[in-house]
Amino acid sequence: MNYALHFGAVWASFDKLLSGLAIGLGLAVAAVAIGCLLGILSAFASVSKLRLLRMVSGFYVLIIRNTPLLVLVLLAYFALPSAGIRLDKYESFIASLALYSGAYLTEVFRAGLLSVPKGIVEAARAIGLTRLQTNLHVVAPVMLRNVLPSLGNTFIGMFKDSSIAAAIAIPELTFEARKINVDTFRVVETWTVASGLYIAACFTIAFLLRRLERRFPKF
Amino acid sequence: MDAFLAQLWIARWPLFDGFLLTIGISVAAIVLGTLVGAVVGISLVFAPKLARLPFVVYVDVMRGTPVLVLILAAFYIPAVLGLSLSATQAGVLALALFAGAHIGELLRGALQAIPPGQAEAGRAIGLTFPQLLAHVLLPQAVRMALPPWINTGVELIKGSSLLSMIGVGELLLRTQEVIGRNFMTIQFYVFAGLAYLLVNVVLDTIGRTIERRLGTR
Amino acid sequence: MSDAAARPLLEIRGLKKSFGDVEVLKGVDLAVRPSEVVTIIGSSGSGKTTLLRCVNLLEEFQGGAIVLDGETIGYGEAGGRRRRLRDAELSRQRAMTGMVFQSFNLFPHLSALGNVMLGLRKVRRMAKDEARTLAADWLNRVGLGNRLDNVPSQLSGGQQQRVAIARALAMNPKLVLLDEITSALDPELVQEVLSVIRRIAADGATLLIVTHEMRFAREVSDRIVFMEKGRIAEEGPPSEIFGAARSARLAEFLRNSGH
Repeated sequence: MNYALHFGAVWASFDKLLSGLAIGLGLAVAAVAIGCLLGILSAFASVSKLRLLRMVSGFYVLIIRNTPLLVLVLLAYFALPSAGIRLDKYESFIASLALYSGAYLTEVFRAGLLSVPKGIVEAARAIGLTRLQTNLHVVAPVMLRNVLPSLGNTFIGMFKDSSIAAAIAIPELTFEARKINVDTFRVVETWTVASGLYIAACFTIAFLLRRLERRFPKF
Repeated sequence: MDAFLAQLWIARWPLFDGFLLTIGISVAAIVLGTLVGAVVGISLVFAPKLARLPFVVYVDVMRGTPVLVLILAAFYIPAVLGLSLSATQAGVLALALFAGAHIGELLRGALQAIPPGQAEAGRAIGLTFPQLLAHVLLPQAVRMALPPWINTGVELIKGSSLLSMIGVGELLLRTQEVIGRNFMTIQFYVFAGLAYLLVNVVLDTIGRTIERRLGTR
Repeated sequence: MSDAAARPLLEIRGLKKSFGDVEVLKGVDLAVRPSEVVTIIGSSGSGKTTLLRCVNLLEEFQGGAIVLDGETIGYGEAGGRRRRLRDAELSRQRAMTGMVFQSFNLFPHLSALGNVMLGLRKVRRMAKDEARTLAADWLNRVGLGNRLDNVPSQLSGGQQQRVAIARALAMNPKLVLLDEITSALDPELVQEVLSVIRRIAADGATLLIVTHEMRFAREVSDRIVFMEKGRIAEEGPPSEIFGAARSARLAEFLRNSGH
């Protein structure tokens, strides 16, 4: 075991790793934005009076949470074209990750909805707000503040899962790292730097989120 | 549909082998991960501050790095260090290290959620630290950590599909090989997805049942 | 006295309400005239809070009718069957009454001003400036003119409850429902809230009050209603109810509530 560390080859391609990191973040932002929409709708469905809506939301969460993301990604990229739906690799990955994150976000937003005190909903109804107005102006803002920490954690999780885009050759961080690994065979250095970049990004996101949380008053 | 069933029949043994390997990898990873996690969790709570540091770093590194990166690193790195691991061994190693960090955190959270009065009461009746741990703290912590532990199992089964990317012949790789022969892309990916779904839902149900039993006792 | 003043503002007829198998209101009749202050007393579980919540349509009820300012609220007839009205109708009718809750229920994400403005903007459809002026005016009247931009978590219980009162009254409701509004307050904060109510009552608001503050009830009310087991057991002017002539059950209730 005599392996000497030489980071030079990795530094030479460091810009590739950085652009890969940016692509990963972009994928996660796009997917989680769509996932939030799915998650909020599905969370409202999960607390609905209508049994059908509750069932649809329940099945969505059950199926997606228990299926590997890689299977969804491969299905969206390789299988959908044979059903006549043609997406490029970015679109299909964002769609898969959005669907995947939506299931986790359903539970995040559902917990948020249940955390809204019943009394303030009644107070809103008592001054004559309709159900929609109550949800829009009272329930949603209170819920969003309450879910901010778990929303942040889900985002970090989805950002890490953006590494799976390497499986369909999207040049994000993991894909670039693997390429450098194979080209230069500076194995230890490559994966140390790649992992370091992911960790640094996760910590930065977590730090920014905590700042954001502090800017909003706690309820 | 008939064509699919015919192809499924042809491919039944490779798929079944892949399925068994998926289960085997996941079981190995959760067993090793639980051993690692037990050490990590207990150390994070009870070790002296300086001795805690390596465990803190370990947990942060594992939780800040995507599982796929861990898997690729475990696949490429040992060889250049003169260790020879098979792809399957490397994959199990990566998943176990990942699980160890998660389970360690679960256990830490559970141990810290036990009211301090419990430890004080244990010491008051003269229990040594190992006795206190074994008879008072761990039984309570394990009960609290059991549902999320089962959930880690689900994550591992899903994560094991990533081993297809380093050529481990588990369910997803076998599925891709089958698709490479018959081009029934949708059918076989959906079939694989359903197989994962089935195992995970069973696991999930077991977890909920245990949770209910423990909760009412 | 003109006809309009003689007609009751609120008329409750034969109100029946059950939670599952438990009947909590067993046929309640009650009328409240404009500018009248009526206080409902009774032990917990007598149905007084439920009665208030029915008037504000926060609860469904199975029998009887509630007429507010000549309009039957909450239910209508459709094909000969009694039907709960649509959400938009219920909202419009709820806006005719104001309600103040035991637990304040302020919107935690909005300032004091924002709490009062929300209904003015979204229900009364006022322009922003107009709503702001009116809201600030009401907060001034409850003594919180210097707290307009504070969020609820920065206010004491008494201050929160006064914001809630301003929120209800700024909507210019025909009838104000006060549901044990001092029960969640520390004793030293009770008076600041009650003095606001005294002033509102003196200004001619129509109030239907549920409270455990017997001294306050006696002083502010035109009429006291004693409820027991889902029915009105006794009613009359405070002097009569708190005077010597009263039933054994009322006497016991008053004794137990320290009067």
